[in-house]
Amino acid sequence: MSAALLIEQVLNGLQLGVMLFVMAAGLTLIFGVMGLINLAHGSLYMVGAFACAAVAAATGSFWLGLAASLAAAAITGAIVEIVVIRRLYSRDHLDQVLATFALILIFSEGTRWLFGSFPLYLDVPPILSGAVPLPGGGAYSLYRLAIIGAGILVAAGLFLLIGRTRLGIRIRAGEADREMIAALGVDIGRLYTMVFALGAALAGFAGALVGTIQSVQVGMGEPVLILAFVVIVIGGIGSIKGAFIGALLVGITDTLGRFLLPIAFGTVMNASDATAVGSALASMLIYILMAVVLVVRPGGLYGTAT
Amino acid sequence: MLRETPVNIALVLLLLTVPVAASAMDEPFIVTLATKVAIFATAAVGLNIALGHGGLVSFGHAAFFGIGGYGAGILASHAQNYEPLMTWPFTVEGTQQMLIIWPVALLAGGIAALAIGALSLRTSGVYFIMITLAFAQMVFYFAVSWPAYGGEDGLPIYVRNSFPGLNTLRPLDFFAVAFVWFLAATLFSILLSRSRFGLALQGARQNVERVRAVGIDPYRLRLVAFTISGMITALAGALYADLNRFVSPSMLSWQTSGEIMVFIILGGVGRHFGPLAGAALFILLEYALGGVSEYWKFLLGVLLLLVVLFAHGGLIGVVTRRRHHG
Repeated sequence: MSAALLIEQVLNGLQLGVMLFVMAAGLTLIFGVMGLINLAHGSLYMVGAFACAAVAAATGSFWLGLAASLAAAAITGAIVEIVVIRRLYSRDHLDQVLATFALILIFSEGTRWLFGSFPLYLDVPPILSGAVPLPGGGAYSLYRLAIIGAGILVAAGLFLLIGRTRLGIRIRAGEADREMIAALGVDIGRLYTMVFALGAALAGFAGALVGTIQSVQVGMGEPVLILAFVVIVIGGIGSIKGAFIGALLVGITDTLGRFLLPIAFGTVMNASDATAVGSALASMLIYILMAVVLVVRPGGLYGTAT
Repeated sequence: MLRETPVNIALVLLLLTVPVAASAMDEPFIVTLATKVAIFATAAVGLNIALGHGGLVSFGHAAFFGIGGYGAGILASHAQNYEPLMTWPFTVEGTQQMLIIWPVALLAGGIAALAIGALSLRTSGVYFIMITLAFAQMVFYFAVSWPAYGGEDGLPIYVRNSFPGLNTLRPLDFFAVAFVWFLAATLFSILLSRSRFGLALQGARQNVERVRAVGIDPYRLRLVAFTISGMITALAGALYADLNRFVSPSMLSWQTSGEIMVFIILGGVGRHFGPLAGAALFILLEYALGGVSEYWKFLLGVLLLLVVLFAHGGLIGVVTRRRHHG
């Protein structure tokens, strides 16, 4: 195992981690402020990816597609919030899970109906194609590096938004005491719609960026959604900082587990058994991580009590 | 307005008469649909003990459904290939006898539910929903990446497992097996809910502090309920594997967890015959809308959304215009 290969895997883990953060940030904000579990967050990710693919195919520009993905996901999010989600804030978690499960069915089948079952493909923009040499030999995709950069920028932007702006103050106040900020004259309905649209836009952004590496297809959102849930549960639901740490932890654990575990088992058993045991264990690793975190700290790393 | 009991009796009679009539008219497909309803309803009866009675919103019951299914599939595949399951320290042969497969499925589901429940019940609320989902995903990915029993491709059962005195390959015979299990599970759930244990469990859902105050430990109560719930769902999984003569990781997928929950909600949470009403409606919709449009799940989604938003008591609630008490 060479150092370059290890660096490449660590970078892959970081790339997965920052994208999970962009997904999880919206999810955890929506939960923190509105107390809502949104299973349909993965659908917004898919909406972003499809919008990007469709616009990029029509105009030939990835950047227009990226802008379209943000806009499409934000607008879809706002509409969904106004039509459906708004009625769910006062309901129990079971109703929220089911209603947003229903939204997944509606979005998935609706998208299949519009775009068909065949995956769409997005090309990496020319300026970001190519590779960057790694220290110790080997090379790494420039586009993936750009994703890591974009994710870190989004994280920095979110921390500034939450910590330094008026909207951020209202969001934090909303987490602490809804009735009070409504009494102070903040239009709580509008605030909720904005938070939901912001979360949706982030999900759409992640969808467009990841859709370029993978394929854009119906059902792409749910595996990411479940990973994002693992992230926010590890980090503590409602905490942006927790989501960031949790996302990096999950990204790195998952990627390095898949890379290192088969090699580690290879030292004690034959190669095909080691691959089977190693990859089976690696695919369960992040869930084991989550279980361990919850057993030690039932509220997540940065969460308050359950 | 209709009362709940006649509606329930009518539902059960309908489930019984439709396949008998269909079998007489030589419509095996309808019998298979009814069998599917009975099996799904049994799985949902299991979940309903945790979710409806205990208030434990488990989003991971596909794990138990799939474990039961794999229990049946693995035993049958060893019997088909004449390979013992293990040879050391003693030899265990595979089997195609349902009478052996069922206890194994119940036991496997029970052990899994006990382990998952013991960890998950340390949390509550959203964390509980998420951690049960995560455990189910863990089992799912294990099944996908473990190559010994088919991995992603699943595991076929070439000949349906057998039950003494019945020809289980005849649709009506197999329906009878599933129907009896559904009745047994429902009856058990009714008796359970009226027992001291069931009352304490419902008490813990409504007001956990009071239950604690009378000296009952809600953790143990819920763990037992969760384990029983997982066992019943695992048994339904074993039947489902036999129905399809095929087990695949899709039985373990999170969509399956969601669907078992949907049966309960469509029927009405906490109602003893809600699972049957919900499963029947789901299968009917799949069959009726599936013929109309390839995108029937779109319509299912809209319907589910409307039920959640506007018809809180589920189907039985709408028919009887009665909200569930307690």
